[in-house]
Amino acid sequence: MNFSEVFKQSNQLCKVSPDGKYLATCVQYRLVVRDMSTLQILQLYTCLDQISHMEWSSDSLYILCAMYKRGLIQVWSLEQPDWHCKIDEGSIGLVSSRWSPDGRHILNTTEFHLRITVWSLCTKAVSYIKYPKACQKGLDFSRDGCYMALAERRDCKDYISVFVCDDWHLLRHFETETQDLAGLEWSPNGCVLAVWDSCLEYKVLLYSLDGRLLSTFSAYEWSLGVKSVTWSPSSQFLAIGSYDEKVRILNHITWKKIAQFEHLGTINNTKAVVYKEVERKTAVCSDDLSLHNITIGSTLFNTQSKYEICPLPVQIPVVKPDPDRANPKIGVSFMAFSSDSHYLATRNDNMASVVWVWDMQKMSLEAVLEQTSTVRCVQWDPRRPRLALCTANSKLYLWSPAGCVSVQVPSEGGFQVLSLNWHCSGDSLILLGKEQLCLCYMDTDQEDK
Amino acid sequence: MGEWWTPVPTETSMGNYDISSISHVTMSPSRQNNVLSMYPSVALSKSSYSVISAFCTEDNITQCISYINQELASLGLSSTCIEASSPGGASLNTVPALNAMYELLQIHRRNMCTLEALEKEQLKKSSSLEHMQMSNSRLKDQLELSIREKSGLHETERQLQLKIKTLQNCLKTEKDEVQKLQSIISSRASQYNHDAKRKEREAAKLKERLGQLLVDRKDKKLAIDVLNCLGRSDGKRSHWKTAKTTSSHEGEMYKSLLSDYEASQKALMVENAELKKVLQQMKKEIMHILSTRQSPIKGADADDSHEQADSDGEEKAGDCSRETLDQSCEHAKEQLTNSIRQQWRKLRSHMEKLDSQASQMQNHLDSNKEVIPREAHEDEMERMRCEVQQCKEFIHAQQQLLQQQLNPSFDDETAALLNDCYTLEEKERLKEEWRLFEEQKRNFERERKNFTEAAIRLGREKKAFEEDRASWLKNQFLNMTPFTDRRRCSSSDGHSALSIKSEPETRMSSTKSRVAKSSTYATFSTPKPAQNAFVPSTAELYRTLRLIPDSSSSRPSNRGRWQESSAIEDGDALKSKHRARCGDLSIFSLGEDENSLS
Repeated sequence: MNFSEVFKQSNQLCKVSPDGKYLATCVQYRLVVRDMSTLQILQLYTCLDQISHMEWSSDSLYILCAMYKRGLIQVWSLEQPDWHCKIDEGSIGLVSSRWSPDGRHILNTTEFHLRITVWSLCTKAVSYIKYPKACQKGLDFSRDGCYMALAERRDCKDYISVFVCDDWHLLRHFETETQDLAGLEWSPNGCVLAVWDSCLEYKVLLYSLDGRLLSTFSAYEWSLGVKSVTWSPSSQFLAIGSYDEKVRILNHITWKKIAQFEHLGTINNTKAVVYKEVERKTAVCSDDLSLHNITIGSTLFNTQSKYEICPLPVQIPVVKPDPDRANPKIGVSFMAFSSDSHYLATRNDNMASVVWVWDMQKMSLEAVLEQTSTVRCVQWDPRRPRLALCTANSKLYLWSPAGCVSVQVPSEGGFQVLSLNWHCSGDSLILLGKEQLCLCYMDTDQEDK
Repeated sequence: MGEWWTPVPTETSMGNYDISSISHVTMSPSRQNNVLSMYPSVALSKSSYSVISAFCTEDNITQCISYINQELASLGLSSTCIEASSPGGASLNTVPALNAMYELLQIHRRNMCTLEALEKEQLKKSSSLEHMQMSNSRLKDQLELSIREKSGLHETERQLQLKIKTLQNCLKTEKDEVQKLQSIISSRASQYNHDAKRKEREAAKLKERLGQLLVDRKDKKLAIDVLNCLGRSDGKRSHWKTAKTTSSHEGEMYKSLLSDYEASQKALMVENAELKKVLQQMKKEIMHILSTRQSPIKGADADDSHEQADSDGEEKAGDCSRETLDQSCEHAKEQLTNSIRQQWRKLRSHMEKLDSQASQMQNHLDSNKEVIPREAHEDEMERMRCEVQQCKEFIHAQQQLLQQQLNPSFDDETAALLNDCYTLEEKERLKEEWRLFEEQKRNFERERKNFTEAAIRLGREKKAFEEDRASWLKNQFLNMTPFTDRRRCSSSDGHSALSIKSEPETRMSSTKSRVAKSSTYATFSTPKPAQNAFVPSTAELYRTLRLIPDSSSSRPSNRGRWQESSAIEDGDALKSKHRARCGDLSIFSLGEDENSLS
């Protein structure tokens, strides 16, 4: 495993182009585009203000930089450095901006969710979509980029509009059976739309592309309900994480529950492997001094850690949430399927330092990673069943069915990994610190072994 | 009796009193006492005899007799009538009088008996009465106690009921409260919903207004500034929105939906086909199992054969269905599932039968097995327990010993004392052992001496034997040529080596001194014929030795020795006996030894 040198970045804005060739980073009001393989700067753009959002277009040709405070959008072309585009949302304000899947339209959500403005870069045309709902996830494009589902709120009722992204034609508009719609998500095959209600009510609705209600699922009543919903890449499973610290898996044929994963404080499952991160201060030995002269500063102050396999049963530290406060820190808020749909990684909010990995074939717990501190970011390798996570310290943690490893990021001044992103090839990782970034190259040879 | 008094009022008061007193004599003594107390003057003035004598005087015999007769009659003894032997005479007719007396005595005795029995009974009754009274009092106590208990229980019940009542009240109030709270919650919820809706509407209105304002103001800032327009990502030119495009969108949507459904249907078809395959295979296997099961029983059971035929038919049907599977899916499916179901039922019943059989067998086995192993097991257990007990005891003893050893180290005084004791004991024991050891040593010494003596003897014997042999050899050598007949004689003797008996017998007559020797020889040579083969040389030697003195006078020394030994033997029978127990050879040696010793 190799690490690149550290680069500057701000607002953790650092993204690899969809084709994997370029790396765009924002440093204050400058946008830097580097070659992924050489890390040499290819282009340098200067925006009008500090960039608060940056996004690559789907064809990796354009980069959108949003400056929400100014209500400004600037688009840069990689091929034509002279080309520029500036969109001003004016006094109405801007809270969110994104590319449409075709990379020729920009969707801007105005303040107060008054409307969504669709700007066309082809025709300079502007169109508005009224009444967008301000919610957890009110807008989603289908994976193939054909359709956009948008949650709307009119007359205290929830509606969903399905647009054809090609020409923003409204394909379907239908009312949903929700009290307060919280989110929607297309299935990866783009034929089923999962819609869930706010946490006050456990309700998941499944709509067909043409607006027919396929199924309704409710696990219980009178208690805080759905916290997160995720489709498996194969569209076979719909995972629903809820406030009762359970994940329920629905199947795609009957839309009934086929499995339920409980996040218990004590792990008794003998099939699961519990990895516990153990930290210890290390004495600096002479070899270290000679080999890593540069990194000695950091290693001196950093603790080494390793994983130990705990004998069962294992007691997991559980934080009891404050019942008087809104949005209690309990329940499954993060779920992610591995690229082959074989594993599901979850995180329960009242066990913030623990990542759970479930085997979707056996429908059972596969591994539990107990970290020493709160898990910040978890992401699956887009190619392999390999999980990377970070806990806001100078270490990178990797899990694979073969085992678990913690890697010290060699950098000066205590590089704290707050977030991470896999390169689409799965060969490298982008580690984001507070104002720095670092690339981590996986050892492919070792991987083959 | 009272009736009787009235007709005889003429009687003297004195007599009257007496009669009454007499009539009362038969009563209980107490009564008599009473009577006596009743008539104190009479009792005090006269003895009882005087009273009786007063009853019958010379003058009133007849009256007395009649009175007695009357009395007897009243007592039911009318048969015997006392008569005066002579009218007016003072003597009585003895027989009836005696009879009457006997009867009276009998009656009296009987009465006494009954009285006794009654008294006993009364005693009994009184005791039982006492018992009853006691039990009664006890029961009364119990009753009182239970009544008290009852009242206590009543009290607690009352209290409990009170509590229940209060609790019910509480419950009611709680329920009321819950209801109230629920109503409050629901009202709050409705109010919240209402408020939320109102607020939302207001917000919507505001948004609307804001939007309107923004539109009206014609915000100049709202603009797009592009250097030059981009081409579409797909390279096409954009179209106008028309009905055609909308319909095409619809079509595309349905197309994608359709393709998705098709894909899912295909997947399902594949899955279905696989399941069907599995089903078919299962059916085949079931059928196979069933047929193999039934074939051996077929001959025995007619029903089974019938079943077999049925199954065969089904098999055919199944085959048919397999063929028609593609053509009429519904029909085939029905047939298949039906047949499978039937087969399954059969298999299940068979399995159940097998299970029951197996369980029976198991029971049998268990019942058979259990008896013996249990006993063995118990024996084993007992043995183990014994062993454990022994081990425990052993451990205990060891612990005690250890403690004994360890304790002294803690307590010096006792240790010294104990040590003294121990040393004394030890000394005693050591002395004893020393003594034993000394004795043994002496014994050993003696034995050693014996051994050395024996060794010396052996050496001497050996020497003697060597000498003998040398002489014998010399003799033989000498006999070889000049004394042929002598040699023949010796050889004939050698021939008769086994029939030694005759030899000594002949010798017995010749020399008296040799009798004892020969006889001893005979005694031990006969019971050990096996040794003849082992020691022929010695026997030969012996014979030759004996022959030599017999035949030739040229060996006086030898002969003399022999005679000496025999003489000793004669003198000491014990020694000879001892020698007899030894081997042939030792006879000589011992004899020689004794010679040497003596």
